[in-house]
Amino acid sequence: MSADGGSGGSDGGVGDGVDRTPSPRADVCVVGSGPAGALVAHRLADEGANVVVLEAGPRFEFAERLEQQEQHIRRGMEDPWEMGGPRDAYSTEGRHYPLNAARVKGVGGSTLHWQGMVMRLHERDFEMQTRYGVGTDWPIDYDDLQSYYADAERAFGVAGAMDNPYAPPREEPFPLPAFPPSYSDSLFAEACERLEIDMHSVPNARNSEPYDDRAPCLGYGTCKPICPSGAKYTAESHVAKAEAAGARVIDRVPVQRLEHDDAGETIDAAVYATPDGTEHRQTAGQFVLACGGVENARLLLLSASEQYPDGLANSSGAVGRFFMDHLFAGAGGRLDEPTRQNHVGFNTSETHQFYDDTEPVEGLKLEFLNYAGPSPVIEALGAETWGDELVEQLNESYGTHVAVGGLVEQLPDAENRITLDPDRRDDHGNPVPHVEWSLGERTERAIRRANEIQHAILEELGASIEWTVGPEATGPAYHQMGTTRMGSDPERSVVDADGRAHDLSNLWIVGSSVFPTGGAMNPTLTIAALSLRAAEALSASLSDC
Amino acid sequence: MELTRRDVLAALAAVGATVGGGVVAGRYDPPRADAASDAGSGSVAEPTLSTDLLDLLDAAAEVVYPTGVDGRRTFVETYVLGRTENRPAYREGLQEAAAQLDAVARDWRGQPYADLDADVRDKLLRDLGVETAEPVADGTITERIRFYVVNDLLFAFYSSPTGGRLVGIENPIGHPGGIESYQRESMSPSSAEHSGGANER
Repeated sequence: MSADGGSGGSDGGVGDGVDRTPSPRADVCVVGSGPAGALVAHRLADEGANVVVLEAGPRFEFAERLEQQEQHIRRGMEDPWEMGGPRDAYSTEGRHYPLNAARVKGVGGSTLHWQGMVMRLHERDFEMQTRYGVGTDWPIDYDDLQSYYADAERAFGVAGAMDNPYAPPREEPFPLPAFPPSYSDSLFAEACERLEIDMHSVPNARNSEPYDDRAPCLGYGTCKPICPSGAKYTAESHVAKAEAAGARVIDRVPVQRLEHDDAGETIDAAVYATPDGTEHRQTAGQFVLACGGVENARLLLLSASEQYPDGLANSSGAVGRFFMDHLFAGAGGRLDEPTRQNHVGFNTSETHQFYDDTEPVEGLKLEFLNYAGPSPVIEALGAETWGDELVEQLNESYGTHVAVGGLVEQLPDAENRITLDPDRRDDHGNPVPHVEWSLGERTERAIRRANEIQHAILEELGASIEWTVGPEATGPAYHQMGTTRMGSDPERSVVDADGRAHDLSNLWIVGSSVFPTGGAMNPTLTIAALSLRAAEALSASLSDC
Repeated sequence: MELTRRDVLAALAAVGATVGGGVVAGRYDPPRADAASDAGSGSVAEPTLSTDLLDLLDAAAEVVYPTGVDGRRTFVETYVLGRTENRPAYREGLQEAAAQLDAVARDWRGQPYADLDADVRDKLLRDLGVETAEPVADGTITERIRFYVVNDLLFAFYSSPTGGRLVGIENPIGHPGGIESYQRESMSPSSAEHSGGANER
């Protein structure tokens, strides 16, 4: 079906009067407006390219953030980012993967709800096969990405300090000063010193002072999933810059499939649907997929054609495979003194000391949480009493908690994968994503190692350990990676080192789906660095045209 | 425990209230979009609030908040009602839930909720099952009172420095209290706050 300008009018049935009909053939069509898509769109628009961005979700007005924050804090209110329902249906197999808690569809993508921790991968992450005989090497190394990391840090406005002895080389200070350590960090510091564990600051994509026309952190304490002050970076920032540079961003238009030319060498159009069900074709010279670690793969699979029955860009068979996430490992308990938790929603200290260890080789990094234990207001809203009794209850439950969290690397496994569910359809009749995800013994062993260190720290601190998240209770950190992996061999990877599909010369893929391995660092800074690198390559190819 | 319709009929009988089944149906079934077309089936009009909304909320706040909270009425006016004054759908739900609570008070105790003694107000909420109810905006009356009255008051209070301080945190989540407090060993004196108000926006 293709019925441009169909029954719903130009706004696609939304009722807001916004034109959602296609632009004339664009230079570049970007699918998705999260950090990857927004950065690419901004860079290319800034260089004069005619860019159209197609976003499946809505625009969320900044003026609504306080109300959204209330939705988050209060029980019985809707998801502030409106995830779920037929649009976002999915199925899982193996260990349950809570996909709709792990992503946001909207202008800004999952940075709308992210916490905003931004670390660079370590050198070893790019060569796990060469060094340790596990996973696969990236087609680039840290040196190739280093300057783009710095560029990404400037784009986000990262607050950090050069106090991490385990960090990879960097050429310049962070754009903003680090947030000072918390009081509870000072409690951990004494215990860690006795254990010879180095604590250091956390790079945060959060304004420690005004930056890029955004406010400094005001301490609302709800970074994830809502920052009402605007101090936390979201990709809305670069969407706005892209629009100011002339890009057109259309919301509420999920792309249904990509269509290729008769020769099967290039993409002709992205077919998107408006809420009234009308389909439109956006044509362009270049196409950039930037819709997340699950939807990037799903869209390629949904675009299967007679020539490419297994989906686009999939001659390697790798599309959808090697799905990875980071695993949360943690432990916590209580002290017999105040620990001052839940004032802010971000962390100020962590340790990368164990990241490059070889027993196990899986990366792990540890975080000293500033939000251990209950927040009084959230507990009050679920309490079964009120008045003086409630104050008594809250005084008992709040105030002395401590916790050490952490991320653990999951190595790529072809059996962890995204496929299309033949039995379920979304609101436009497309098969929903099917997430097959399990943990291997290697990963479980690495999680246990993280727990060992966490317990040692808590015991040294004198805490009574009350909970541990180990291999049984662990869950994903909501970092979907690996499903369109990059590599130099077209028979074993989907895109090349620049992010260009091996099979289709005008198709580019950005985001964590291109990670061949995932390390154990929060992925968004690497997403941004790779996107800026891809934008540069794409720009060069535009000027070649 | 949530009150069922049977529980309510029993409770009403126990306090000697003379009511028709239609009244109870009107009170304890959540309003539906087609309620108006149901008027001939014995239901009554939606109850109305016999006092000012602020009076009822302040009366509920006296129960829900701990004893000894100063400036409660101003707080309720500013941070409870003020917070939602530009949210008409929410305000309508709040008004309806307040009216339902008031109607129950008049039925069970013969007086508007705000005019009851504080201990009677407390007991009435607990007898309704509000303390164990889930907050549900379009749920049963008990669930709606939990959502719109009790939890609204609790949210405003415990996301403010005023409420937070009572339990050891001067910058609770929801409050933009800056980035100093998390670094400190103990609470700053309350005079150091730039304001004592809840949910300063």
